[in-house]
Amino acid sequence: MTSPKQALAHPASSAEAAPGSQPGAARGAHGGGTPPKGPSPWRSKLYRWDMKASPYVFIAPFFVIFGAFSLVPLLYTAWYSLHDVQLSSLDTQTWAGLDNYQNLLSSDFFWNALKNTFTIGVISTVPQLMAAIGLAHLLNYRLRGSTMWRVVMLTPYATSVAAATLVFTLLYSWDGGMVNWLLDFVGIDPINWRESDWGSQFAVSSIVIWRWTGYNALIYLAAMQAIPADLYESAAIDGANRWQQFIHVTVPQLRPTILFTVVISTIGATQLFGEPLLFGGVSGSKGGSEHQYQTLGLYMYDQGWIIGNLGKASAIAWSMFLILLIIAAINLLVTRRLRKSQ
Amino acid sequence: MTTSELTLPQTRKRSRRVMGAGKQLHAGPVTYLVLAVFALISLAPLVWTAIAASRTDRRLAETPPPLWFGGNLFKNMQTAWDEAGLGTAMLNSVIVAGAITISTVLFSTLAGFAFAKLQFRFSGFLLLLTIGTMMIPPQLAVVPLYLWMADLGWSNQLQTVILPTLVTAFGTFFMRQYLVQALPSELIEAARVDGASSLRVVWHVVFPAARPAMAVLGLLTFVFAWNDFLWPIIALNQQNPTVQVALNSLGTGYVPDQAVIMAGALLGTLPLLIAFILFGKQIVGGIMQGAIKG
Repeated sequence: MTSPKQALAHPASSAEAAPGSQPGAARGAHGGGTPPKGPSPWRSKLYRWDMKASPYVFIAPFFVIFGAFSLVPLLYTAWYSLHDVQLSSLDTQTWAGLDNYQNLLSSDFFWNALKNTFTIGVISTVPQLMAAIGLAHLLNYRLRGSTMWRVVMLTPYATSVAAATLVFTLLYSWDGGMVNWLLDFVGIDPINWRESDWGSQFAVSSIVIWRWTGYNALIYLAAMQAIPADLYESAAIDGANRWQQFIHVTVPQLRPTILFTVVISTIGATQLFGEPLLFGGVSGSKGGSEHQYQTLGLYMYDQGWIIGNLGKASAIAWSMFLILLIIAAINLLVTRRLRKSQ
Repeated sequence: MTTSELTLPQTRKRSRRVMGAGKQLHAGPVTYLVLAVFALISLAPLVWTAIAASRTDRRLAETPPPLWFGGNLFKNMQTAWDEAGLGTAMLNSVIVAGAITISTVLFSTLAGFAFAKLQFRFSGFLLLLTIGTMMIPPQLAVVPLYLWMADLGWSNQLQTVILPTLVTAFGTFFMRQYLVQALPSELIEAARVDGASSLRVVWHVVFPAARPAMAVLGLLTFVFAWNDFLWPIIALNQQNPTVQVALNSLGTGYVPDQAVIMAGALLGTLPLLIAFILFGKQIVGGIMQGAIKG
């Protein structure tokens, strides 16, 4: 069938190769053939070695760099979380056992940060994904200038956290701020967006919603375009109107994508950092004068690099990871449930 | 829609007739109206940034806020540029984002090709591992990275920011998804039969086939690297900042002039906005393709 050299070199698929053909002119042929080069033993050895080793060489940079700068640090962070490490004296790291964790669990600020992360996460993720799904539905119609609409909806994504937050901070400012000025028009008293509890959390969430809704809409749009048309046709024959088609065809078909975006947004929400940091201005790392919007990400930065307790910061980082793992586990359970109930 | 060059192959087979079911429905005036409202919400903060940046601080504190441009734009930009050291910051960001983009695209293509087309032991497991690492929050690495970089004497230097982000799991997965379908296995076989080494295959077969996806991944990576915040703010100080770090110091510093801060925010976003105007279509296509998971 094929020459021994080829068979050795690529046993799984040598039958598909068309020997002697040029790249680009390949056809799936089953004919026999002669090896292209003379059978020189060291050459074929080299060739075989190349075939075996090259996949590993190609993936090596990824795993080496990723391992060195993400996976190994992950373990070191666990190690540091069991030590007393101070920013002021980096060289002395003394064993602390679970002190850092106990310290966290008994700290009001930790629970406050956890609660804020959860609240801000919910009020930014839920409206964001709902708006995104509606927006995707509209973008899925036959539109004039459809690319233009998509690009416009994605523009906030190209704006950095820093720039976006600086702008929103000014929009939400107490006097002279655009938002309070607009509220005044409809007869609502000005709101102190920076100081009030829910006001500041709403403001921070709105920055997240603004930046990410268009991005998620595009993800939904891609999934919507993969829904087979006959599903809609048969729904239409059954007398479903557009709204019923959306609820009974589109949304169920999008379920895997919705789960995907929920997971991604949850990860993002757990790590929320830049928006509250900049929204707070000078008292940024505290999350406002009363810690109203101090998230776990901010709390870690504050404890590690403002207060200088890197051991505690490591413990906070690991707590965040554990929380994510729990969320992922719940997600998996819910997904299974949903699948079974189908 | 997208050009044929940018239409990445889908993981699920489907005919053109089936694609875009909703597309058969024409949008009515209500659809356009709602879309226009969304568009306004998307663009208004950016337009208003430019308005605020062209005014004076005192004018911004007045009610009603300014709704049209003033004459101070270039003066404010000049002040922001000087006060936040935006010249250095821009250059730093270009170096950081540029290096990260080149390396991510290159290594992602190599690894993506191996995962898509080559048979090797544990490939399935390793791919799963790659995808799984996307769940790890960056916060989990910053303390050790900070300590190591301090040990090396690299605090506040650009390589500190560049090194940890030289590859991404997303990039590897993205290239894999593309190459599975875009690169016919017969092409590789044919080159093999001709006795081409793996490097020749990569150079003459893989890179040409991957070029459209490499361009899209490059744009996405550049946007990501330019906007990255957490690690740069820990790793760099205000003497040697990236744009995001400089903007942070402008916002949290004691510059009381809001118009200048807005001018800084505008300047820091301008390079990306220009890239977006030029390549917005490609970035949109890239995100939509990256969304489809196999």
